[in-house]
Amino acid sequence: MRPFSYQRVTDPTAAVQALSAAAAANDALTKAAAQPLAGGTTLIDLMKLDVMRPTAIVDINPLAQGWSAIEPGNDGLRLGALAKMSDVAAHEQIQRHYPVIADSLKLAASAQLRNMATLGGNVMQRTRCSYFRDVSYENCNKRNPGSGCAAMDGVNRMHAVLGASDQCIATYPGDFAQALIALDAMVAITGRSGTRNMPFAELHKAPGNTPEIETTLRPGELISAFSISGRWPRSVYLKARDRQSYEFALSSAAVALDVQNGTVRDARIALGGVATVPWRAREAEAVLKGQKFDDGLAQRVADAAFADARGRRHNSFKIALGKRVVARALQQAVTMEI
Amino acid sequence: MTAAAPEPKTNMGQPVPRYDAAAKVTGRATYASDMPLDNPAHAFLVTSAIARGRIDNFDLDDAKRVRGVIDIVTHENAPKLKESKLFSNGGYAGTTIQPLKSADIAHDGQIIAVVIAESYEAAREAANRVKVRYTATTPSATFDSPGTTTAAAKGQNAQFKEDPGVGDFAKAFGAAEVKLTAAYDTPTQHHNPMELFSTSCVWMGDNLVIYEGSQFVYGLKNGVAEQLGIDADKVRVVNPYVGGGFGSRGSMTPRTAIIAGIAKRLNRPIKLVPTRDQGFTITTYRAETRHEIKLGANRDGKLLALRHEGAEVSSRADAYCVGGTKTTARLYACPNVASLVSIVRADRNTPGFMRSPPEVPYLFALESAMDELAVKLNMDPIELRRINDTTVEPIGGKPYTSRSLMACFDEAAKAFGWAQRSPQPKSMSDGDWLIGYGCAATCYPTQMAPSAARVRLQRDGRTRVEIAGHEIGTGAYTVIAQTAAERLGVPLEKVAVFMGDSDLPPAPVAGGSNSTASTCSAVMMVCDQIRQRLFKAVMPDSLTDKAKETVGISQAPATQAAKSDRPLDIEKAFDALGVGVVEEYGEWKPEGAPLDSFRAMHSGQVRLVGGHTMKDQIAYAFGAEFVEVRINRFTHEIRCPRLVGAFAGGRIMNPRTARSQLMGGLIWGMSSALLEATEIDERNARYVNDNLADYLVPVNADVPAVEVILLSEQDDHINPAGVKGLGELANVGTNAAICNAIHHATGQRIRKLPVRLENIEV
Repeated sequence: MRPFSYQRVTDPTAAVQALSAAAAANDALTKAAAQPLAGGTTLIDLMKLDVMRPTAIVDINPLAQGWSAIEPGNDGLRLGALAKMSDVAAHEQIQRHYPVIADSLKLAASAQLRNMATLGGNVMQRTRCSYFRDVSYENCNKRNPGSGCAAMDGVNRMHAVLGASDQCIATYPGDFAQALIALDAMVAITGRSGTRNMPFAELHKAPGNTPEIETTLRPGELISAFSISGRWPRSVYLKARDRQSYEFALSSAAVALDVQNGTVRDARIALGGVATVPWRAREAEAVLKGQKFDDGLAQRVADAAFADARGRRHNSFKIALGKRVVARALQQAVTMEI
Repeated sequence: MTAAAPEPKTNMGQPVPRYDAAAKVTGRATYASDMPLDNPAHAFLVTSAIARGRIDNFDLDDAKRVRGVIDIVTHENAPKLKESKLFSNGGYAGTTIQPLKSADIAHDGQIIAVVIAESYEAAREAANRVKVRYTATTPSATFDSPGTTTAAAKGQNAQFKEDPGVGDFAKAFGAAEVKLTAAYDTPTQHHNPMELFSTSCVWMGDNLVIYEGSQFVYGLKNGVAEQLGIDADKVRVVNPYVGGGFGSRGSMTPRTAIIAGIAKRLNRPIKLVPTRDQGFTITTYRAETRHEIKLGANRDGKLLALRHEGAEVSSRADAYCVGGTKTTARLYACPNVASLVSIVRADRNTPGFMRSPPEVPYLFALESAMDELAVKLNMDPIELRRINDTTVEPIGGKPYTSRSLMACFDEAAKAFGWAQRSPQPKSMSDGDWLIGYGCAATCYPTQMAPSAARVRLQRDGRTRVEIAGHEIGTGAYTVIAQTAAERLGVPLEKVAVFMGDSDLPPAPVAGGSNSTASTCSAVMMVCDQIRQRLFKAVMPDSLTDKAKETVGISQAPATQAAKSDRPLDIEKAFDALGVGVVEEYGEWKPEGAPLDSFRAMHSGQVRLVGGHTMKDQIAYAFGAEFVEVRINRFTHEIRCPRLVGAFAGGRIMNPRTARSQLMGGLIWGMSSALLEATEIDERNARYVNDNLADYLVPVNADVPAVEVILLSEQDDHINPAGVKGLGELANVGTNAAICNAIHHATGQRIRKLPVRLENIEV
């Protein structure tokens, strides 16, 4: 870890100011000299590993007073960015009206981490790619743009089969973001010119030719809240992983359905553990919408979700696995009692 | 009695709580890096980013500018150290690759520089700023990598003396009615003990104190002295508690002498706390292995021919091997046995002991093959073991001192509910989950080594036991205290035990599961010396032999005690002796120990006897392990909701600590089968998942139910304590049991560990 200044801010304006002050105009956010500290569960790790080297840490935890509310309403849900994962997962209304959200949080990380980690920090969690996290590898386009990708032909069992580029195949590791993107969540972003709202789907950027740029957030900007309209009681988060708890997804599916008399009126499908960003499977949704649900349809939907997938040496299994996870999540959502 | 403290059966001690329980759960137990030091400097290691090649140069400017940096030590300015031979060649070292000696790099993560600074943070920051230019050569990573060399183990590893065999394998296999040929693979694994590989070195004049978690303080003391070129009496190793060892702390690693040398030069205590990922490359590991098993049997299941070929990876420098054929060739009655072990040299650090080093990979192969044979014979796998059970090992025709293998199978089968198993693969399920039941035998050699002890008894019954044994989490303090209390007849709470200090009487390495047998036998002997002195003081010579038989010393008239076998009045005895304290020192060695045993013991050399090396007998502990696996039809996730093991290990000193050891072993065995593997990037021979988020070990949710059954067993042929080592018994059979259960659940035979969901085809 390298030396850094530490500043604790008590209001959003001060936070934005502190974060903007140290930021160079053309910095990638992840390389910005000033970094916000919420739960710290990713940032501190990466600083110890020398992957992130901020010179200023802006502790935004005092903003929790205004930014951690959990507000379920009749028309939708608003979640403050500094709400703790554990508090949201345990919220009775969330469990009843948004099981996909509660489960995506409950199945993530460990109890200790969920008690520390915030929702805003969670969606900003960075990849677990071993080569990204090990600075003794020079070739990581995400860390050192233009240096190559050690994972491409390395040990890549955990890597992405969707949304990859020839620059980067690092997997987006989180779970909660799949629920958000599936439910068409909006994200509120606080910056120098106040607060703006945008679809959560526009937050993360696929690696393309610039894997070092992971989100559309600009230095100085902070996520302040997430909002979702409507209720989604018929929703499921299914996560396949190597061990029973405290482990990242090899493949996961966030599914939310509106089913009437066996016909799927609306369908939302998002995939985790298999893509470089939170992944909405819109082609798969199109196959499902308006159809009578049966197992054959579930299979066609799953095939559509992975139509563009590309496996590499160790991760090809994720394509077949991902399809089975999608199909099973759909079956579970259709048959769940609500 | 509770599940954690099982009711003692015949030939078992009491399940008393751990001697060190309160200290550990309240954080008062001091591990090596907890030891307070006076004004220490902090060391941080820089390790190589290549596995083979040379260092061209360092750029240290940036690093040296970090405030608080005192020195940066590289091969260009490192203290000169003498070489130590590999432990198996009469030395102390776990590797002969000595870092900081030259610009050469022999393996990934080799120590190439040590930054010394006023704080840990400054040392780490400066280490991050060290720039290194290498000339890299393409390394050979593992099996099948270009450039490896392969040769028979026999002849290159001094401890691997023979490829055991008997009869005519080829002829018998050719004629056998039922034949099986199968190949098995096991992965690289790392110990990852909770305590990191810390070392602190403090010089006082010419005397060095080392605080380091070690499984062998006498070995480390003598090894570091040898490397520094000083008298071993000037070196003291201290570690009252060790945060797990599992073999990783059994032999000396290069880091210790390096830190000692730098501390001497700077004339200042130095504390090194390496990171978790550095632990993967600065110590040893379990190397990957490959096996081919051939079994020939008649239709009734009687084994006629067995051949086990094993191949193991080692470093270019050292011919380490585990050679588990010594066990697999002798486990079952089979008249025609052949075996061969070879070593494949790659550009890797030297591997080393890891919990049940030979048995884990080699029994995975044999016990999987036995299950495959049972399937071929359409026979219950337990019955196949029963048909081939034996009281005499087939290679040398020596009798087992005791062998409760089938009793373990029967007890465990009953507790597990094996009778409810429908034998057909894919025939059991529960909702989304396919269910499989599997079982396997487990065994581990019973080993002992010379040990000394000093015991001091006060008039008021307070007792002090001193022995340079090791508390690696097993319960050594507890069973030693119990032994002394029982032998001297004093209350347990009056016994204080001092261990983990090389200034105390020597004990052997805490390895090979020999500790309890060796240290308790020594403590028993020395307690008897005390009893002899006391009895001699108050009794006629003709009665002193009673001292050997009478249990305990307590408040009773001496003559009466002698006549009636009742205990002796301790205060009268002390009065008669005219002293306030009786102290005895003694050196114990097992039967069959070599002539140089005690000399070797003091110079930190291990002389293990037991297992198959005994002259007229063979001694092993046995067990049987049963598992239920569940495989999700959709995700193919593999879970293991139930593990049941029954074990017989001679006298059980403490059913609580024994159960804990065996339970940990079963869990580790499951982990080894389903989770643990160190991934190697074959392009550069570097470890990839070198952290505890990516190197998976089970969490609580992975082990809902573990049942340990302790069988009553008495064995008077092994050691005075009657103890067979248990520590390494339970994690042996589990690998095969899991794969056997997976076959039952799915019909699919998996011969490569660990088994992951992508290996399942449902």
